[in-house]
Amino acid sequence: MDLGSLVSSGLAEIQSAADLIVLDQIRVRLLGKKGQVTEQLKLLGTLAPDARREAGARINEAKQSLTSAIDARNAALEAALVAAALSAGTIDVTLPGRGQHTGALHPVTRTRLRIEEIFQRAGFTVAEGPEVEDDFHNFEALNIPGNHPARAMHDTFYFGDGRLLRTHTSPVQVRAMLAHAPPLRLISPGRVYRCDSDQTHTPMFHQLEGLVIDENVSFANLKAILRRFVSAFFEKPLEIRLRPSYFPFTEPSAEVDCQCAFCEGRGCRVCKQTGWLEVLGCGVVHPNVLRNCGLDPDRVSGYAFGMGIERFSMLRYDVNDLRLYFENDLRFLSQFGRA
Amino acid sequence: MKLSLAWLSEWVRLPADVAAFAHGLTMAGFEVEGRSAAAPDFTGVVVGHILSAEQHPQADKLRVCMVDAGDGAALQVVCGAANARAGIRVPFARVGAQLPNAVSIGQARLRGVDSYGMLCSARELGLGEGHAGLLELPDAFVIGADLRQALRLDDTVLEINFTPNRGDALSVLGVAREAAVLTDSTLCMPPIGAVAALSEARLPVQLLATAGCARFAGRVIRGVDSKAPTPLWMQERLRRAGLRSLGPLVDVTNYVMLELGQPMHAYDLRCLEGGLEVRWARPGEALELLEGSTIPLATDMLVIADAVAPVGLAGIMGGKKSGIADDTTDVFLEAAWFNPTAVAGRGRRFGILTDASQRFERGVDPAGTVRALERATALLLGMAGGVPGPVDVQEAPSALPLRQPIPLRARQIERLIGIPIPAARVDAILRALGMAVEATHDGHRVTPPSWRFDLVQEADLIEEVARVYGYNQIPEIDLPVPQRPATVTETRIPAQRFALGLVDRGYYEAINYTFVDPVAQRRLHPEQAALALANPIASDLGEMRVSLWTGLLKSLSENLRRQQDRVYLFEQGAKFVLQDNELKEINCIAGIAYGAAQPEQWGSPKRLLDFYDVKADVEALLALNGAADWRFAAGVVSGLHPGQSAHLLRGEQWVGSLGALHPELTRALDLPSAPYLFEIELAALATAAVPKASELSRFPAVRRDLAVMVDEALTFNQLRESVIVGLAHLLREIRIFDVYRGKGIENGRKSVALGLILQDKNKTLTDADVDTVMHGIRARLERDLQATFRD
Repeated sequence: MDLGSLVSSGLAEIQSAADLIVLDQIRVRLLGKKGQVTEQLKLLGTLAPDARREAGARINEAKQSLTSAIDARNAALEAALVAAALSAGTIDVTLPGRGQHTGALHPVTRTRLRIEEIFQRAGFTVAEGPEVEDDFHNFEALNIPGNHPARAMHDTFYFGDGRLLRTHTSPVQVRAMLAHAPPLRLISPGRVYRCDSDQTHTPMFHQLEGLVIDENVSFANLKAILRRFVSAFFEKPLEIRLRPSYFPFTEPSAEVDCQCAFCEGRGCRVCKQTGWLEVLGCGVVHPNVLRNCGLDPDRVSGYAFGMGIERFSMLRYDVNDLRLYFENDLRFLSQFGRA
Repeated sequence: MKLSLAWLSEWVRLPADVAAFAHGLTMAGFEVEGRSAAAPDFTGVVVGHILSAEQHPQADKLRVCMVDAGDGAALQVVCGAANARAGIRVPFARVGAQLPNAVSIGQARLRGVDSYGMLCSARELGLGEGHAGLLELPDAFVIGADLRQALRLDDTVLEINFTPNRGDALSVLGVAREAAVLTDSTLCMPPIGAVAALSEARLPVQLLATAGCARFAGRVIRGVDSKAPTPLWMQERLRRAGLRSLGPLVDVTNYVMLELGQPMHAYDLRCLEGGLEVRWARPGEALELLEGSTIPLATDMLVIADAVAPVGLAGIMGGKKSGIADDTTDVFLEAAWFNPTAVAGRGRRFGILTDASQRFERGVDPAGTVRALERATALLLGMAGGVPGPVDVQEAPSALPLRQPIPLRARQIERLIGIPIPAARVDAILRALGMAVEATHDGHRVTPPSWRFDLVQEADLIEEVARVYGYNQIPEIDLPVPQRPATVTETRIPAQRFALGLVDRGYYEAINYTFVDPVAQRRLHPEQAALALANPIASDLGEMRVSLWTGLLKSLSENLRRQQDRVYLFEQGAKFVLQDNELKEINCIAGIAYGAAQPEQWGSPKRLLDFYDVKADVEALLALNGAADWRFAAGVVSGLHPGQSAHLLRGEQWVGSLGALHPELTRALDLPSAPYLFEIELAALATAAVPKASELSRFPAVRRDLAVMVDEALTFNQLRESVIVGLAHLLREIRIFDVYRGKGIENGRKSVALGLILQDKNKTLTDADVDTVMHGIRARLERDLQATFRD
């Protein structure tokens, strides 16, 4: 076969080689040690020098064009193989992953941790205390003597031996004041109990109270921390409004309304069109409480505040029924899983 | 307390803007909880005069009246009221009138007789429940006058919530005093004069417990007509305050209490034996109260007694025996000052809260007794006649509250409020509140008025200054944050770390009440004593939990009832354990797992969870702690399956347990498969050591596997201990990759496949080294554990 037809038939074969094995066979047949093109080179010696030079050049050219065709085909066939392998290995990535799902913290805990973090960043520490308390820590020390009308505000669970379930977390503050010298800057979250149960009251709920005692702590300081707190909690600048009120353990005492976080004070369903939400009670620590805790009201002063964690949680997460917090219904709890 | 603004406006000039006034009260500490109209909207109702009332020709119960409505010509009106009669004035709704509840009055024909309008009862106008007949109006009302004006119905009723320290404000007088301060106007108290005695009738009164009652004003009035009607204006005021009219004597005492804040009591003189004495109750005495119940009296309860027995619980409620009846004619009126300490809390023991006790336990003005008595006498005489005796006041002046001057330092005002308040302003505020004020070198000396029981020390006055100055006028001042780094204790892991660990493993956090059903708790922990509540809110919330499992099992059952089939819950909180009569509140983290080991899915075979799934969750919590001294020990745990429960120990200390619920309880709770429970005391879990790094070996590790056949009863722990002791420092890790029983293994034996990772700190282990070590360990296991080996 002459060189020209060898090249053209060889190129055609290379192009139609179906796989790498066939391609390699073609390579061996054309360019191998005994290949057809190699054979032609061997014949060069029989030619005259001029013809030899000219023929040599032609054969090399033919060899080169076949080699590059083989390389190209080789690359194409390898690429096809990779593609086929990938295609065979394709899975349905939309099937759900294997194994456990994650659960969720209870919304009360979630809210508590959030409030704790806000105050911790302002230098407060978290204090805890017993839930079964005595009359001194829950009432007497807090300026609520035996027949004080304010006891009517605290429907108390008793054990019949003088012990009771704390009606607020204020006894934790009493214990802190008795145990540590000022300055004090603490919050006390925890379960509290009132003998009361209806749509908007559960016999157990959660409070978080704050206490700051130092040389010169004032009502003006209290206003500042509370506005900063509600703004931090709702993550928007909100005004607060203080209404005089009465708690035996603070004086002056106030109820705190914060501008409705939903309508920013314009009036909506949540704030019953008032523009305000009642969220906290607070005041300057009563001198009798300081004295009961061994502190001199002329040397130190302080403020205290208290809030219901469920109240803040309900506002934050749009929960409209307090009782849901204690039914442990997975359909409810699972809504707090995406932190 | 409900308060009519029309009434209040007779005592103090009120601003025209009612909403702003109500807001002002709220912002001064008198929370206005509600604001309502004194009467519902209606129009076209005038004062009508019935000129004649004839029987309807066709209907027994109807009357045909001719009514003068001030138009000149009389109108014919058909009316069904029994009291429709000639000569009385009644509300007349003209044709075109709009009555409450969307009733429109039109011309009508009733049984053949034309009717041009309607005569109205109180209820038809929304003025109370009176529906016995037409509302009879005073003869002084001008015929044809608009009824709303005649009765001053365009009035607003405020519902005010008083704080317990402000008993002095629980009256028209009290609110008027505050309103005068807030609106910068003056109190115009209507004059209350003395009513001259027309007889010498007296009832002797003795104060035998002056600590409880230091002033007792009384007066005999004879010949009262108990059937006399209470004037409409008084009935209206009582109605607006939320009280029903109950005859002249009761109405007058209630009226004076509402107006002046002095609770009063009227005794039927017929029913009293001898005089009265105010004394502490004697042991064994009882009293039948006006409302019908009989209560046992304790010796710390103050009573009014006649010569025979108590006739009233002082300051709370009168007794039934001497109560006012329809035919009472001779009465003794009482206006006393009872010490708050003698009244407070006594009624609450019996669930009794009265308008009187509410006032007395907060403090009633001792200077107001005679004034109230005179006011009541004058009103009563005008309504129901009678012959008054002299006012008789028994008192023990030394036992009356004495208002001491209180020093008020300007420096302390600034310190507690946060800003200085000018002395002149302080002075003005305190004077307006009725206090006597003197300037001193460092502030003021202030004497509170007789009606204020809440002002005893400096802080009480500072509160008053702040309140009237306005809480919202006080600026916000940031307290500097101390530049002290907080102590961050690394050896104490915060509780939420464990909570989040369980959340990440698929548990949802539950919060149960800490008081539980004693029956359910007894089933789970039959041997443990629990702290019982004396006054539980319900019998199934009767005692404090001794573990968190009772609540978690309840939550499980409730979720299964809500069609959940896989429930993973945990809870953190205290359990209340009684040990040798000593209560311990122990914070725990506990969990319950029920159902499939994993959420239902396509990728793994479905399998019920078992002990080792929950153990893995517990181990994950222990891993957060990081200590190496945790131990699980087989053992019986109350409420759990005796063969599938374990105690968790840290060193030698018991700190928790886990396992499957006892099969009997699983059956009793009607659960298709067993829930698994765990509970760990948080204090042990949270106490951790700061990690100390050890040097890494630079030489390669070698793994050798060992299939050990041992008796079924031998635990993995025992096998592991033996291997650890045998291999000592060369053992870096021990893995267990199979436990096999069955074919090829003797009955009663099991094959445990161990992977041992060996490494030396100082050299590369050669095959020969390892062979020697392995030979030694096999010999040890054969000798100590009667182990055999599969090769």
